[in-house]
Amino acid sequence: MSPSRGRRLGAFVFLSPGLTYLVVLLLVPLVLVLSYTLFQRGRFGGVVYEVTGENFSRLIDPLYLSVVGTSLKIAGLTTLLALLLGYPTAYLIAQLPRKWKTVALVAVVLPFWTNFIIRVYAWIILLNGPGLLNSGLKALGLGPYELLYNQGAIILGLLYSYLPLMVLPLYAAIERLDPQLREASANLGASAFSTFRKVTLPLTVPGVLTGCLFVFVPSFGNFVIPEMLGGGKSVMVGNLIRTEFLQARDWPFGSALTLALVAVLVVLLIAQSWVARRA
Amino acid sequence: MFRTRFTRRLPAAIAVAGLALAAAACGGESTNAGAAPAATADQLNPNADLSKQSVNVTVWDGYTPKELPQKVKDKLKFPLKIGIHDTNETAMTKLTAGGDTGIDVAFVSGQYAQALNEQGLLEPIHPELIPNLSNLYPEATQLSYDKGNKYSVPYTWGTTGICYRSDLVKTPPTSWKDLLQPPSWADKKVTMMTTERWLALPALKALGYSVNTDKDAEIAKAKELLVAAKPHLLGYDDTTFGDKLKSGEAVMVEAWDGWCPTTDEKQNIKFAVPKEGSDLWVDTMVIMKSSKNKEAAHALINYILDPEIHSWAAVNINYKVPNKAAMDKVDIAKGSLLDIKPAELLNGESLIDLGQASVKYTRLATEIKAQS
Repeated sequence: MSPSRGRRLGAFVFLSPGLTYLVVLLLVPLVLVLSYTLFQRGRFGGVVYEVTGENFSRLIDPLYLSVVGTSLKIAGLTTLLALLLGYPTAYLIAQLPRKWKTVALVAVVLPFWTNFIIRVYAWIILLNGPGLLNSGLKALGLGPYELLYNQGAIILGLLYSYLPLMVLPLYAAIERLDPQLREASANLGASAFSTFRKVTLPLTVPGVLTGCLFVFVPSFGNFVIPEMLGGGKSVMVGNLIRTEFLQARDWPFGSALTLALVAVLVVLLIAQSWVARRA
Repeated sequence: MFRTRFTRRLPAAIAVAGLALAAAACGGESTNAGAAPAATADQLNPNADLSKQSVNVTVWDGYTPKELPQKVKDKLKFPLKIGIHDTNETAMTKLTAGGDTGIDVAFVSGQYAQALNEQGLLEPIHPELIPNLSNLYPEATQLSYDKGNKYSVPYTWGTTGICYRSDLVKTPPTSWKDLLQPPSWADKKVTMMTTERWLALPALKALGYSVNTDKDAEIAKAKELLVAAKPHLLGYDDTTFGDKLKSGEAVMVEAWDGWCPTTDEKQNIKFAVPKEGSDLWVDTMVIMKSSKNKEAAHALINYILDPEIHSWAAVNINYKVPNKAAMDKVDIAKGSLLDIKPAELLNGESLIDLGQASVKYTRLATEIKAQS
């Protein structure tokens, strides 16, 4: 057996479980869903196989564009805040002694050990009218404030849920930095700030982009948090897709919305890899 | 109803959503709206040996007594297998998949029974095999989707109204306007339902329109009311409104009767049907045309209509049952959920499936919720 054939066989053996998984559970359902966009809605869900372009023309309706706009705004703000909070955190963790690094990283992923819904519920108990925060403020003679069931609460919930996904790739990028580069910059007379701006930051841009993508993508399509913390008063793309499939039983239009969501994400991924390659 | 019965919490609903999508991807056979001729009745043998048959049921979780299969086995001598669906939609996916679905008896809401019948999927009810039909209230045989119980037998019924904290409201609500234009003491302490048809219901009823209207002008009027109401709402909620009442975050919520937690130990949660009227929902039992165990299926329905069995739903899950003999056995407290009389219920309008026009309601709900 030639070495190259052996390598190919090895690659095949190692890749096939993952590839099978992706093809069967991701690609096939995705193609199915996307093919629905061409057809008409069945009365009780499902699809009537009569070709129509209507699902696409509905997409550019101002109503749905405004929903996409709201989602972009909420997910964008969440990502920005996550970056502003996550970068210093990751930077700090990377400077810690080895032992404490592990502790800090475990602390970052610790929330994932508890069910997502339970953690979101905890925020409701914290923030609602008779909740902990308001009763604490009341004891101080303040409030009550309307902390829940608005877009601020949605952003808070998303930020809380996805911040670890920002910290981890940033940590990986900062940790990998050769400390000698920063030392060299300092030796050559650069201030701490310009070392950060001209050395550290540019070299960690790929990590920044990965972190932003990891936060933006699940925030953009989220439908649980807008419903639970937003009180259902804001609609995001995820809510719309869920409604179309489960309540309105309009699978074709739900699929068209899914297609729009996937398109936005693909554009983001391409942009990310393009910038990362040039960085 | 669209509701997820007894899986009231969002997590369950989400799990269900995932499963429904998965199921949809696999077996979503299209179902045309066209009305197929109603099925003709099979000749059934009243003296069939039931012990040679077996019955598969699909029903909402926790909607029938747990010990029902055992009781059926003891009493009727055939095995009963209970399958679960979470919403009418999932039931429809199961039942319209084509061919023999393996299901003999299904529990679905009235408008879905009507649709199944239009597609010729239901066996007409043979009243001679269900003597206990005489236990039903006379009103329960006059339901608009199936007058005379030709292809469905009602199991539970109820309505939508306002569920409120009697200790926190200054005056008990009597009108949908109390919800849509809450007085200052209830400002931001009111929730409405998020599912489109029930989201529209208070406004449509307050304006005196039908809950099944497909007139654009009427829907537009309702939209105005609903948009004006939005700033005064705590939120849109059809899963956790009971919790919001209990915690005092909300003082009035739009609620399905069975979901209004009137049995809470503090006894300060009450339910009112607004004077403008409301809807009437009925969950029914139907027998599938494809069933090979039709005699046993009839025997099962007859057994469920036995007051002893049927009263279970009223006693244990606080749903009104359309069975006079069963309700007579139940101790009904004045003003309790079960106290609503059949004649009052029948004033409610049944929600019917609107076909293509239902798109208008989805749009309405999205427009209102996207409004900032």
